[in-house]
Amino acid sequence: MPIEVTQPSDREVRVVRTFKAPRQLVWDAHTKPDLVTKWMLGPPGWSMPVCDMDVRVGGKYRWTWKSQEDGKQFGFFGTFTEVNAPAKLVHDEYYDPGDIASDMPTSEPASVTLELSEQSGVTTLICTMKFASKEARDGAVSTGMTDGMEMGYARLDDMFKKQAA
Amino acid sequence: MQSSERLDLTFAALADPTRRAILARLATGEASVQELSGPFEMSQPAISKHLKVLERAGLISVDIDAQRRPRRLEPKRLEEAVDWIERYREIFEQNYQRLDALLEELQAKPAKPAKRKRKKS
Repeated sequence: MPIEVTQPSDREVRVVRTFKAPRQLVWDAHTKPDLVTKWMLGPPGWSMPVCDMDVRVGGKYRWTWKSQEDGKQFGFFGTFTEVNAPAKLVHDEYYDPGDIASDMPTSEPASVTLELSEQSGVTTLICTMKFASKEARDGAVSTGMTDGMEMGYARLDDMFKKQAA
Repeated sequence: MQSSERLDLTFAALADPTRRAILARLATGEASVQELSGPFEMSQPAISKHLKVLERAGLISVDIDAQRRPRRLEPKRLEEAVDWIERYREIFEQNYQRLDALLEELQAKPAKPAKRKRKKS
């Protein structure tokens, strides 16, 4: 299933996607560093040299990505504020610009909620990012990791197909 | 204008169904305000308002020399927005496709002897 992206409010961005796997596995893939580093890599050419996660309420995490091309790094870090395996994980997220210039504010944390539900072996993931302000959201969006998530892609796709036709 | 501000304008302009429909209509060829207000069952001032938003976002232009001042699509800005969305959608999709593969691998792993035997025989 393609990613579904919506904007529940002007401070939030929500991503929904399904996976053909039991919820516990999807949970593990989000909470065990040796699994996280296998997929949360972003575009080609990036590795994830730092992935420390202490998944419990009050536990810290730090993720760092590194460009293989020029060695530049950036990352996120923060604290887990709600841990309810394998259904719900909430963490705050500070942006660590490393040596990459961007519009993303470093001081205001976003709150990221991961919700997993399972039906007949298929897990639905809902990831909601709540930013401190609309400006913070826009900063994150223009930086990119949170993206093109702005729009209902399907509707846009539809329109662009019509335009191309 | 910074590219992020330009994108804000573009996305704000695209976030309305009537404006998307207008763009879809203009994709088939230029049209005047009068020609556009017909199919949308809207007054010309209402259509003009939408056109102004699209124009400010650089998504359409006006041929001011022609008598009926036709509007036409400016595909470049639309392409910019698509590129931007596509690039980042790709990043997420790439992550999740890797996760798909990982989940598949994990589900195959927990050594189920019965399955392996079946494969061998």
